[in-house]
Amino acid sequence: MNNWVVLPIVMPVISGMIMVIFKNNIWLHRFLSLLTLGLIGIVSVLLLEQIETGGIQTLYLGGWQAPFGITLVADMFAVLLVLVGAVVTFCCLCYAFSSIEKDRERHYFYSLCLFLIAGVNGSFLTGDIFNLFVCFEVMLVASYVLISIGGTRIQLRESFKYILINMLSSTLFLVAIAYLYSLMGTLNLAHLSVRVADVGQGGVIAAVALLFLIVFSIKAGLFLFFWLPGSYGAAPTAIAAIFASLLTKVGIYAIIRLFSLVFYHEPAFTHQFIGILAGVTMVLGAMGAVAYWDIKRIITYNVVVGIGFILAGFASFTLVGMRGSMYYLLHDMIIKALIILLGGTIIHLTGTGRLRNMSGLIHLHPRLGWMFFIAALSLAGVPPLSGFPGKVFITAGTFEAGYFWLGGIGLFTSLLVLYSIMKIFMSVFWGYTNLAKDNEKGTAKGLLPSMAFLTVLTIALGLGVEGIHSYVDLAVEGLLNPQAYIGAVLGSGGY
Amino acid sequence: MSIVVGILFAIGTYLILSKIFLRIILGTSIIGHGANLLLLTMGGLKKGGPPLLGLQELNFTDALPQALLLTAIVINFATTALFLVLSYRAYKVLGTDDVGELRGYPDE
Repeated sequence: MNNWVVLPIVMPVISGMIMVIFKNNIWLHRFLSLLTLGLIGIVSVLLLEQIETGGIQTLYLGGWQAPFGITLVADMFAVLLVLVGAVVTFCCLCYAFSSIEKDRERHYFYSLCLFLIAGVNGSFLTGDIFNLFVCFEVMLVASYVLISIGGTRIQLRESFKYILINMLSSTLFLVAIAYLYSLMGTLNLAHLSVRVADVGQGGVIAAVALLFLIVFSIKAGLFLFFWLPGSYGAAPTAIAAIFASLLTKVGIYAIIRLFSLVFYHEPAFTHQFIGILAGVTMVLGAMGAVAYWDIKRIITYNVVVGIGFILAGFASFTLVGMRGSMYYLLHDMIIKALIILLGGTIIHLTGTGRLRNMSGLIHLHPRLGWMFFIAALSLAGVPPLSGFPGKVFITAGTFEAGYFWLGGIGLFTSLLVLYSIMKIFMSVFWGYTNLAKDNEKGTAKGLLPSMAFLTVLTIALGLGVEGIHSYVDLAVEGLLNPQAYIGAVLGSGGY
Repeated sequence: MSIVVGILFAIGTYLILSKIFLRIILGTSIIGHGANLLLLTMGGLKKGGPPLLGLQELNFTDALPQALLLTAIVINFATTALFLVLSYRAYKVLGTDDVGELRGYPDE
C-alpha cells in the first residue's frame, strides 16, 4: 500500500475543479496548472526512487484486496511515462500561455488539460482493465472538448470524425472487456495474467487479444491511423503537441502492457502481427511525410512513423528491442511535442503552412532555426541526441528476433523521415528572406523558452543515457518478467 | 439476449454508415446499448441473493457486470450528449448535416 500512487490522478482533477469554480481568473488557472504539473513531476520522481529501492508500488483503493477492488499499480514503466508526460505538458502549457487565444483560455482550456492529464495518468497507473477503459474515457472526453474548443470550421469538421472514431473504438473496447470477463471471470490485469497462463492462450483468447489490439491500434494510431493527421492538424498548436506526445502514447502503453503482461504466450502469432502492423504503419506514415508540402501534414505523418517504430521494437519481444522501445518512447514524447511546437511557431510567424510560400526564416529567427535543426536531427536519430539509443536498440532487437525486414523498414523510414523534416528545414529557413520583419503575422516572443527547454531536454537525454539507463532497464525487466507485477499486486499467496 | 445484441449492432452499424449527423449519433448510441447488453449477457445472469456478508445465502449474484454496466451507461450518456451538442454546432457553422461534405479543402 502506498498512497503516493493515487496523487498523479487526484491532483489534476482537484485543481481542474478549482479552476472551474474561479472561472474568470486566468492567472490563477495558469499558476494552478503549472503548480499541479510540477507536483506531479515531483511525486513521480519520488515514486521512481521508491520503486527502485522497494519494487513495484501498489494501492488498493478503498482497502479492497487485489482481484476484487480496483488496484493502482506503479511500476517503473508507468511512472517513467507519467514523469515525462508531466514535463512535456508543462512545456506545452508554457507555450500555450502566449499562443492560445483569450477566449479559449476563458473556456476552461487549462482545466480541460488537467482532466486530460488525469485520464492519461490514470491509464498509466491502473491495474484493472475496466478502470483502464474509464480512464481512457476521461482522457477522451477532455480531448473531444479540447479539439473542438474554439469552434472554427475546420475544427468542427475534424472533431466530428475524431469523436465518431473514438466512440466506436470505445464501444469495441467494452465488447472486448465483456468477452474477456466471460472467459476469465476477472478484470484485474495481474489476475488475468495468472488465469490466462493457467488455461493457455488458445483460439478464443487469441481472438479477444486481437480485438483489444484493434481497439488500441485505433487509439494509438497503429496502422488504423487514418483519423490522426486530420484531427491533429485541426487543433491549435499547443493542444496538438499535447495530443501527439500523450494520447497516442497511452494507446501504445496499453498495447505494451496487455501484450507483455497478459497475452504474452503466443509471440509467434500476436507479436509478429504487431510487427507487421508496425512495419506497414512506418511505410505508410513515411510516404505521407514525404508526399506533402504542408508543415502540419508532414509533422503529423511523422507522429505516425514514430508509433510504428516504437512498436517494432516491442514486436521483437527481446530484451534489447524492448529497451529500445522504452528509450524511443520517452524520446518520442519529447521530440514530437517539440517538433509540433516548432512547426506551429513557423506557421504562426509566416501565416501559412505551405513550404513553397516561405523561405529564409533563419535570417530573422536564428534561434528558431537552430532549434529546428537540432530537433530534426534528433527525430532522425543522429548520434549525440536522444533518438539515437532507441534506434540502435530497436534495430538490434528486431535483428536479434529474426525480423530483418522490420529492422530494415525501420532504418529506411528513418531516412525518409530525415528527408521530410529536412525538406521543411531547407525550404523554410534557407534561401532569400521573402518576409520583412514587420510583415510577420505574429511574434515568437514568449514562445521560445518552452521550446528551448525541450531542445535542451532532448540533448540531455541523448548525452545522459547512462543516467536513465538503470531506470529503463528496471522498466524493461518488469515488462519481460510478469511474475514481479503479479507478485506485487496479488501478494505472494496468489489466487 | 445475444440475438438482441446482434440486432442492435446491425442497426447501429447501418445507421453509422449513413450520411446524416443525427443518424450517425443515434447509431453510436444504439451500438453502445448493444455493448452494454453484451456486458450483461456475457457476465452471465446468475440468480441468487445480494452479495452481502451476514446474509445466510448459498448463491450470490455477481454484481460486477452490473457495476460495469452502470459506469458504461454513464460514460455513453455523457459522450452522446457532447456529440449531439457538437453536431448541432457543426450544423450551424458549416451549414450542412451531410458527412460527405465534411471533406477538407485543398486551400486550408
